[in-house]
Amino acid sequence: MDFELLTQYGDRFWDGTLISLKLVLMSSILGLLIALPMALARSSHHRRYWIPAYSYIYFFRGTPLLIQLFIIYYGLGQFEAITNSFLWPVLSDAEWCGLIGMTLNTAAYTAEILRGGIRAVPRGEIEAAKAYGMSWWLLQRRIVLPRALRIAWPAYGNEVILLLKGSALVSTIAVWDLMGETRSIFSRTYALEIFVYAAIIYFLLTFLLTRVFNQIEKRINRYLVSY
Amino acid sequence: MKLKLFMAVLLGCFLLLGTAHAQKIRIATEGAYPPFNMKNTKGELVGFDVDIARALCDQMKADCEIVAQDWDGIIPGLLAKKYDAIIASMSITAERMKKVDFTDRYYSNYLRFIAKKGSGLEVTKSGLKGKKLGAQRATISAQHLEDNFRKTANVKVYDTQEAAFLDLKAGRLDAVLADAYPGYDWLKKPENGGYDHVGDTIDINDKIGIAIRKGDKALKADFNKALKALRDNGTYGRINANYFPFSIY
Repeated sequence: MDFELLTQYGDRFWDGTLISLKLVLMSSILGLLIALPMALARSSHHRRYWIPAYSYIYFFRGTPLLIQLFIIYYGLGQFEAITNSFLWPVLSDAEWCGLIGMTLNTAAYTAEILRGGIRAVPRGEIEAAKAYGMSWWLLQRRIVLPRALRIAWPAYGNEVILLLKGSALVSTIAVWDLMGETRSIFSRTYALEIFVYAAIIYFLLTFLLTRVFNQIEKRINRYLVSY
Repeated sequence: MKLKLFMAVLLGCFLLLGTAHAQKIRIATEGAYPPFNMKNTKGELVGFDVDIARALCDQMKADCEIVAQDWDGIIPGLLAKKYDAIIASMSITAERMKKVDFTDRYYSNYLRFIAKKGSGLEVTKSGLKGKKLGAQRATISAQHLEDNFRKTANVKVYDTQEAAFLDLKAGRLDAVLADAYPGYDWLKKPENGGYDHVGDTIDINDKIGIAIRKGDKALKADFNKALKALRDNGTYGRINANYFPFSIY
């Protein structure tokens, strides 16, 4: 192990780590916001709601994130209609494309996780709410979604960790994330320990995320053990 | 008895493998760097590097196998003995010299920016301030950009040269820094008529050599002898002329 490399390239590792973390945090929050209504639509009995949600989820779960990123980044850039449009300032930026790809991808997985949570909400609670005369919307807002989110929380934490590791793929569309920096540093040093350092950083990030999710889980689910 | 037979067969296999290895020189190239090494429509490796490799093998009367290997892993593959030499337009750099050994040069490389015609880009630190500049990852161009423009400009690196050019055409980049000859080759294509070199060639004393494992002294000497012979007997000049109307040695 050559620890000099760590001091020499430390700031680049740091820059990359910040970008990776930023992409994961932003895409997981945006993904969750998209996933909430989508999970409701997916759980609906009306065709006009569940079919679009189902198709979206099926597409994004059925194709690799790498291909989704390539289509968004290299694919869209081929059309003049897009390069001339008002969207281009956003779509011409690699980080934005990475964020869009990761968000759309994680939204599909999160919607499916939330659907599981929605289905696991005890029927008795829903019946009780209905007996109180709650409207559909109030029922979702007060009973179903809060309950579903609490039930699905551990599985959602898992998805965010997978998202962190999936984020390494944005290095292929010229984003200077942790993996991008790592590959460029490796290409000039040919020192395999560079990848070991990157693995340790990813591990620490995963550890940090796990702790955060555990703390939140303890807090939101404490009513389950409080009596 | 059975075990003995098994061991004998196993030993025989190892011996066979061992001898096959000794006679054959395995050469790696990238296959994604036109016109030096690329795959034709049939999937065969062709290009200047491949022609030079074949000519060297003929000169050395050696049995050669040329394999394709991704650029990122091309030096680790050599160290892991997946092949014995790299003829893939690899620059001789101090950083690489720490890991591998190089023969004498077989051509010299320069860097040059490419941008849209009439862009009026000024190739200086201040002229390129805040501009989006691209290059292929793990190349001299990328390192030149990272070392000189990372703080002042927006530097982006791509997995392939083609992806960098694609982003130049999509308008995501103001300029691409590339090796002069592949850039010349790219500009020659009719669909890239709207682009041109900007600024002078950047001479970074970039010599292209054949990479071999450290300590492979005999192979290095053979390659150097054969290279000199190709230069002297005109073979090198003929191969050069097939690709460029000027000498790249």
